[in-house]
Amino acid sequence: MPKMTMVQALNLALRQEMDKDDRVIVLGEDVGLDGGVFRVTDGLYQQFSDKRVVDTPLAESAIVGMSIGMAAYGLRPVCEIQFSGFSYQAFHQLENHAARLRWRSRGRFSVPMVMRTPCSGGVRALEHHSESREAYYAHTPGLKMVIPSGPRNARALLVSAIRDPDPVIFYEPKSLYRAFREEVPEEEEAIPIGTSQLAREGSDVTLISYGSMMRPTLEAASLLKEKDGIEAEVVDLLTISPLDDSLFTASVRKTGRAVIVHEAPRSFGPGAEIVSKIMEKSFYYLEAPIARVTGFDVVVPLFNRENAYLPNADRILRETRQVLAA
Amino acid sequence: MPRTRIEIPDEIEHFSILDQEGNLDSGLEPNIADETLLQLYHYMLLGRRFDERLLSLQRQGRVGTFAPISGQEASQLGTAAVLRPSDWLVPAFRETAAELWRGRTMESVMLYFNGYSEGVEIPDERNDFPISVPVGSQILHAVGIAWASQYRGKDDVAMAFFGDGATSQGDFHEGLNFAGVFRIPVIFVCQNNQWAISLPRKKQTRSETLAQKAIAYGIKGIQVDGNDVLAVYAAASEAAQRARAGDGATFIECVTYRLSVHTTADDPKRYRTDEEVELWQQRDPIKRFQKYLVTKGLLSEEKVAAAETAVKEEIQAAVDRAEEQMKNPGDPLYMFEHAYAQMPPHLVEQKEYLARALSSQKKG
Repeated sequence: MPKMTMVQALNLALRQEMDKDDRVIVLGEDVGLDGGVFRVTDGLYQQFSDKRVVDTPLAESAIVGMSIGMAAYGLRPVCEIQFSGFSYQAFHQLENHAARLRWRSRGRFSVPMVMRTPCSGGVRALEHHSESREAYYAHTPGLKMVIPSGPRNARALLVSAIRDPDPVIFYEPKSLYRAFREEVPEEEEAIPIGTSQLAREGSDVTLISYGSMMRPTLEAASLLKEKDGIEAEVVDLLTISPLDDSLFTASVRKTGRAVIVHEAPRSFGPGAEIVSKIMEKSFYYLEAPIARVTGFDVVVPLFNRENAYLPNADRILRETRQVLAA
Repeated sequence: MPRTRIEIPDEIEHFSILDQEGNLDSGLEPNIADETLLQLYHYMLLGRRFDERLLSLQRQGRVGTFAPISGQEASQLGTAAVLRPSDWLVPAFRETAAELWRGRTMESVMLYFNGYSEGVEIPDERNDFPISVPVGSQILHAVGIAWASQYRGKDDVAMAFFGDGATSQGDFHEGLNFAGVFRIPVIFVCQNNQWAISLPRKKQTRSETLAQKAIAYGIKGIQVDGNDVLAVYAAASEAAQRARAGDGATFIECVTYRLSVHTTADDPKRYRTDEEVELWQQRDPIKRFQKYLVTKGLLSEEKVAAAETAVKEEIQAAVDRAEEQMKNPGDPLYMFEHAYAQMPPHLVEQKEYLARALSSQKKG
C-alpha cells in the first residue's frame, strides 16, 4: 500500500471519482493549471482538461452559488474555497440556498455539492487563514460538516462527500496536509458520513476530538498510559454534523469521564453540543464533570502567539488528570 | 507616454415597438403567431387580475404577505414566453405572471403565500426554481445551471430574474462576470421597476442605465421598454438565440414600474407621489397591447369582455380549490421531510419528540 500525505490522498479521491463519474466537476481559484495553492488538485487539469477542472475568477459567492446551480442541474461539483476564512463571503449561498433547496422544493431539486476548504491553524499563516468555524456550518440545517484527521480517512471521507446527495462542507485541517504519511489503499475505500471511529481503546476516561486535534489528543492518551498507567479511550468524530453520538455515548457510559478537545472557540463550539448529548444520554453514568480543552473566544492570534492559542497534549493531559481526580 | 483613448463598446440600445398609446413601429414588429399573441394577452390579464384578487384576499386576511406584480406583466411574459419547456426559469419573488405562464398554478401561489409548503411543489417536468427571497442571490444559480447545460452539450438556457435593487448586490457582479468569462448561455432579466422598497432607481446607482453595466462584463446589454410586450419578446428572443448559438449571455433591462406596493406590508405613500404612479398608469402594458391586438383584428370589445369574464372565472375556481385545500392544515411533521435525502438520526429523534408532544397536546 502506498504511503501518502493528506494532500496526495485527497488528490487520489478526486482523481478516482472524476475518472468514474463525469458529473464530478472541480472548480475554484487556482485549482486548474496551478493545482490549487496546497496542490490538492494537482494534475487534474492535465488529466481531465479545463472542461472539468475550472479555474474561476476570484469570487467565493459565485463559486458556491454556481455550484448550487450545477448541482441542481444534475452535476456533482466539488468546489474549493482557497481558505476557510474566505468562505464567509459565500455563507449566504450555503445558508439560504445550498442547505435548503431540497426542502424548499419538496425534493424536486437537490444540491449534491462539496465545498472543500483548508481550515484551522498551526502553519504560521497570515490573518484570516487559521480559523476553525465548523460550528457555523454544523449549526445550519441541511448541511453536512466533515473534518478528517489523517490521509486515509480524508480520502475515504471525500469519496463519500462527493457521492453524497446533499451539500457537504469538507474542512481540511491544513496543519495535517503534509504532517505525516499513512498507507492509503489504491482500491476504493469510503467512510460513511455521520460515523465516528474509535482511535484508541481504553476504560478509564473518554477523550473526544476530531481533525487537527486528534494528534495532540492521541499524544496525551499515550502520556497518560506511560506516566499514570491510565487507559484513555479516544473517539474521532470525523463528521461534526450529523453528529454520531453512538460511540462516545457507549464509551462515556463505560468510563464515566469525558474530555472534549477542539481547536474551535470554546463558547457555543462543538464541545457544547457534545456535553449536552452526554447530559441527555449518559448523565447517570458520569463520575466527574466533563472538561473541554479548546481554542479561546478570541481572534486566532498572529502566529507568534498561535501556539499558546492552540490546545496541545500538555493542556489535554492536565485537564484529563483533573477529570480523573474528581 | 501620452494619455490615450481606449476604445470600448460604449453604446446601449433602447428598444421599443409599441408606444404608450399602442401605436406600432411596424418596421420592428416581431413575427409572433396570432395564437401566441392571444396567449400573451391572456396571461397578462390573468397576472393582473390574479394580483388584484390576491391583494383583496390579503386585506381580508385570507392570504399572507406577498409581492404584487401589477404593471410588470409585459416584462415577465415577454421574456418567459421565449423559453422552451426544457429551459430553466430562476425567479426572484415578483414574477408570478412568468411562473403562471410556465405552468405554476394559482393554487400553488396562494398556498405558498398562505404559508403552506405544498405551494412550493414543482413537477418533475418543469425546470423552474422556487422563488428566491434574498435579493440577487439566485443570479448565480442560473449561471451554474447554464454552465451545466453547456457542459452537457444541450442548448437549454437559463433565465434569471431580478430587480433594479439587485444590481447593487455583489452576487449580481459575480454572476455577470462569470457569465462573461465562461460565455454561458444565460439570460439576465432585470425588471427595473424604479423602486427597491423606498429607494428610487437613481439612488441605487449613478449609472445612466442599468443595461450599460453589461459592457463591463463583456456581455450583450440592452434596455427595453418593459411595458411593451413586443419589444420585450423581441429582445428576449434575440438573447435566447444568442445563448443557444453559443454566443453567450445577455443582460436585458426592462424599464417598467411597480404600480402596487412592494409587498402587502409596505405603504408606498411614504416615499413616492400619486402623480408619479398616475404617470405610469398611463403607460400600462396591458392597455397598449390590447389596443395593438384590436388594431390587428385579433381582439374586439366583445372579445375583451369575454376574456375578462373567462379570467375572472379561472381565478375564482383556483381560489375555491386553494381554500378548500387549505382547510386541511397538513401534517406538521412534514417539516422534517426533505431536509436531507435520508433523515439523519437526530432528526428522527426530533420528529418523534414533536409527534409525542402534539399528540399529548391534543389529548389536553
